[in-house]
Amino acid sequence: MNTLVDIRRLKKHFPIRGGVLRRPIGAVKAVDGVSLTIKRGQWLGLVGESGCGKTTLAKTVVRLLRPTSGHVYFDIPDAPKAQIEALESADKNSRELASLLKENDLATFSGHRVQLFRRRAQLVHQDPFTSLDPRMKIKNTVAEPLIIHRVLSGQAQQTAVKDLLTRVGLSAGQMERYPHQFSGGQRQRIAIARALATKPEFIAFDEPTSALDVSVQAQILNLLKDLKKEFGLTYLYITHELLIAESVCDYIAVMYLGKVVEMGRPEEIFHTPRHPYAQSLVAATPVPDPARRVGRIVLPGEVPSPANPPPGCTFHPRCSRASKECHELEPPLEPVGGDHYVACFHPL
Amino acid sequence: MTDWKFTARQLVRNPLSLLGIIIIVIFVFIAIFAPLIAPTPESHQQRPYMIPRDGYRAQPEPPSEDHIFGTTQGQYDIFYGVIWGTRSAFRVGLVVIGIVVVIGILLGSLAGYFGGIVDEIIMRITDVFLAFPALILAMAIVAALGPSLNTVIIALTVVSWPSYARLIRGDILQVREEDYIEASRGLGASSARVILRHALPNAIYPTLIMASLDIGAVVLSAAALSFLGLGAPEGYADWGQLTSFARNWIVGPPGDPLKYWYAVTIPGLFILFFVLGWNLLGDAFRDIFDPRLARR
Amino acid sequence: MKDLIRIRDLSVRFYTYEGVVHAIDDLDLDIRQGETLGIVGETGSGKSMTALAILRLVPYPGKIESGSIVFCDRDSGGEVELLKLREDRMRAIRGNKISMVFQEPGAALNPVYTIGDQISEVFLLHRRQELGRRARERVDNLLNDGNGFGAGLKRPFWHWQSRIYDKIAEEPHALEPRLLSHIPLFRRLLWRLKDEASLLTVDMLKDVEIPDAARVAAEYPHELSGGMKQRAVIAMALACSPELLIADEPTTSLDVTIQAQMLELFRRIKADKGASVLFVTHNLGVASEVCDRVAVMYAGRLCEVCTVEELFLHPLHPYTRALLDAVPMPGKELQTIPGALADALNPPPGCRFHPRCPSATPLCQQERPKLKAVAKDHMVACYLF
Repeated sequence: MNTLVDIRRLKKHFPIRGGVLRRPIGAVKAVDGVSLTIKRGQWLGLVGESGCGKTTLAKTVVRLLRPTSGHVYFDIPDAPKAQIEALESADKNSRELASLLKENDLATFSGHRVQLFRRRAQLVHQDPFTSLDPRMKIKNTVAEPLIIHRVLSGQAQQTAVKDLLTRVGLSAGQMERYPHQFSGGQRQRIAIARALATKPEFIAFDEPTSALDVSVQAQILNLLKDLKKEFGLTYLYITHELLIAESVCDYIAVMYLGKVVEMGRPEEIFHTPRHPYAQSLVAATPVPDPARRVGRIVLPGEVPSPANPPPGCTFHPRCSRASKECHELEPPLEPVGGDHYVACFHPL
Repeated sequence: MTDWKFTARQLVRNPLSLLGIIIIVIFVFIAIFAPLIAPTPESHQQRPYMIPRDGYRAQPEPPSEDHIFGTTQGQYDIFYGVIWGTRSAFRVGLVVIGIVVVIGILLGSLAGYFGGIVDEIIMRITDVFLAFPALILAMAIVAALGPSLNTVIIALTVVSWPSYARLIRGDILQVREEDYIEASRGLGASSARVILRHALPNAIYPTLIMASLDIGAVVLSAAALSFLGLGAPEGYADWGQLTSFARNWIVGPPGDPLKYWYAVTIPGLFILFFVLGWNLLGDAFRDIFDPRLARR
Repeated sequence: MKDLIRIRDLSVRFYTYEGVVHAIDDLDLDIRQGETLGIVGETGSGKSMTALAILRLVPYPGKIESGSIVFCDRDSGGEVELLKLREDRMRAIRGNKISMVFQEPGAALNPVYTIGDQISEVFLLHRRQELGRRARERVDNLLNDGNGFGAGLKRPFWHWQSRIYDKIAEEPHALEPRLLSHIPLFRRLLWRLKDEASLLTVDMLKDVEIPDAARVAAEYPHELSGGMKQRAVIAMALACSPELLIADEPTTSLDVTIQAQMLELFRRIKADKGASVLFVTHNLGVASEVCDRVAVMYAGRLCEVCTVEELFLHPLHPYTRALLDAVPMPGKELQTIPGALADALNPPPGCRFHPRCPSATPLCQQERPKLKAVAKDHMVACYLF
């Protein structure tokens, strides 16, 4: 399996402006140094609570947001990446570095290159009630990417839209309707059809089922499974529900306050979590099994503001295992066997 | 149920909005068939908008066989004046509002969508215009350019566009944050496409409501300018002009204060009903398009 | 266990532009004293509407069409028919005997008042008598202990205060204090009531495990996090020691770790206060965490009512089973329910689940199955049983 998306030391800070002159007086560190690779054909789950930066990360990866620093490589061979790393560490010949980055790093793309990238990578939003234009017919919504990228027109375009809609489980007869005439699950299917229109290789999903009912959620997840197999897609799947990530994803990254604290295969994360935060996340997840409700760990306190994160390990104020080291130093993400990585000085 | 059917039913269901529709339809009818309702005399064929006059006596004459609404100061025929004046009213109202809405959409959506320095420049210009008292600015413009119906239109356009630009900007600002705008950008849509296909269709309704309410207000302002003598040339069929003629005849001679009632009342009533009609219609549109009044 | 609420044949309909929606259709449900009853269902199942109907707060254009909701007051032992109660008597029950916690904690709090003010308000509305009694005790203490010149001057005023608080303690709606509380400036003479209310408020906030309760009481809602706001709302709901606490998706807008804290709190409330809780949720996992019994609803009707253990170990109704199979669980293949939720305007005849049911029979298409007991504490509305 080769790497499709390679995220390196990615940071996205939103400035906080204040004072009369609206000068930046601080920054919300939504994503603060994330390195992550997504292999071709992988279904990567990104799990975390609100404010941990998972949505920002996804939007930065599909270039709806421009990163503050760091690199995002989309389908780039290893050689130029290594070259860039070497040049960066040597800190010389900035012109050569700049031209290399312009060729390879998604973060520096503009104009035509972004447009080409948009055909290959798509984002599906969280809330299907707001992600579709309420004043646009479904067929136009689904056809929009085809029109923008001048892929198909006329009769071929209509046929393509019909095929897409039937593929996601809607009937072609519903093409002339407006979004408000559909249920939440159907709207999410429409949004998925729109994302599929340009035959992308990579789709990022931002909690696509959190606004949906349980039974509809299962339908959508199974649809995603089928589509992935059929079109050979690569998914970045964002969710706050560990159970969903565990049941559908191949690999899970747990985020806390703008950083990845643990990565591993679903069964590793769920059964042998090594980071204290991942452990309490697993414990806090309500499971429909009354036998399980005794003896759980309830994590004290709340997530600190990403505008003013604690020093050292950002989790230390809520951590029962925190030592002096944790207050001062930032634990690096290190392998603990196989594909399992943890950023903790005192892993479980 | 389709949207327009729902809209139509809502319009008809409310008696007040129905009244508004009826009033406006009657005025449209009058405007279209003016040449049949009040035929232009042979001598006037070249300039049908000039009210024919029957002599030069200053004192208004009461309604009679020849002049069914009577004549006003200078023996201008009131009936001819109000019928053909309907056309002037529509011209002023629709042209001013049309231009203003276009300017407003253009500047407002640029300011709202792009924000930053573009927004700053456009909004400070609107602030400058809004800082003047509207009617006084309009008077100054008409006085500078010379009174005529077209100058009135220009003057009213200049004073009305800033509020439209502001309104559209606000609504675009709100819509800009919606997920479907971001989704469209994520598909690779250009700014022009996002504004025209997504942002505007969702942001334009409040503006259309305000426009329909404002048509009456614009006609009222135009009448006010004419009343002050800063409007159409003397003798032009225009309701404001007719009320202006009646300025000296509002109160009759001692002992008979209502002697010249027709001179001021009839053009006044035309203005009143025209404005009322648009206001009722605008209210009806607002009720229908108000998102808080979802279909129930 | 005795019943606290008995709902019989409850029907709620919405008269919309498109047609009549049967939001709740002939619902029979009991809430027992001291239990946590969960109502589980998907969108449009009528679970929230059931909760609102108990408080008679069904929003326009909905209407409680028929049925009865009997409230068996545990303190007085009397039984009241809530649907026939006068509006002012109903108001005395809302927020007092029966209180509610909503999904969005932000929406339940007024942004222009401090948390403390808003909770005190509840005490001042429903607990005047107790506030009067506490205030009088305080004044009496002053009368007994106070000596010296200053106290001598204030003595007549204290006597008057003691008398008026005594009146409030005896009869909260007595004429004199009521008049007094309506006259500007003069109503400030009753300041001790407010003081007592804010003391009780801080106790209440401590009770829902808010750290630094006195500081939080002085803060405005926007200064608190979502979890803290929800705690404050729960404190407000618990202010009058209600006999029934209705919680409508109270943890849905919260993060998982905060949700776990909140579920812990709900469990403790039930144990400490002995109040019944009606817990409306779409999340079966959450229901399994806090509920004693669970009622499953589909398209305005009850499918199954049973203990939480029974529900997850021996679910009977095909809908319940399908719903449980649709929940993602580690190492389990996701099952889906075929078809879409029943159309609220044109629900299918007979059993409303029959178009999606794998074991539907012709009878299911024609006649509605009744809710019947198949075991102790296990009722199901299905012809299979």
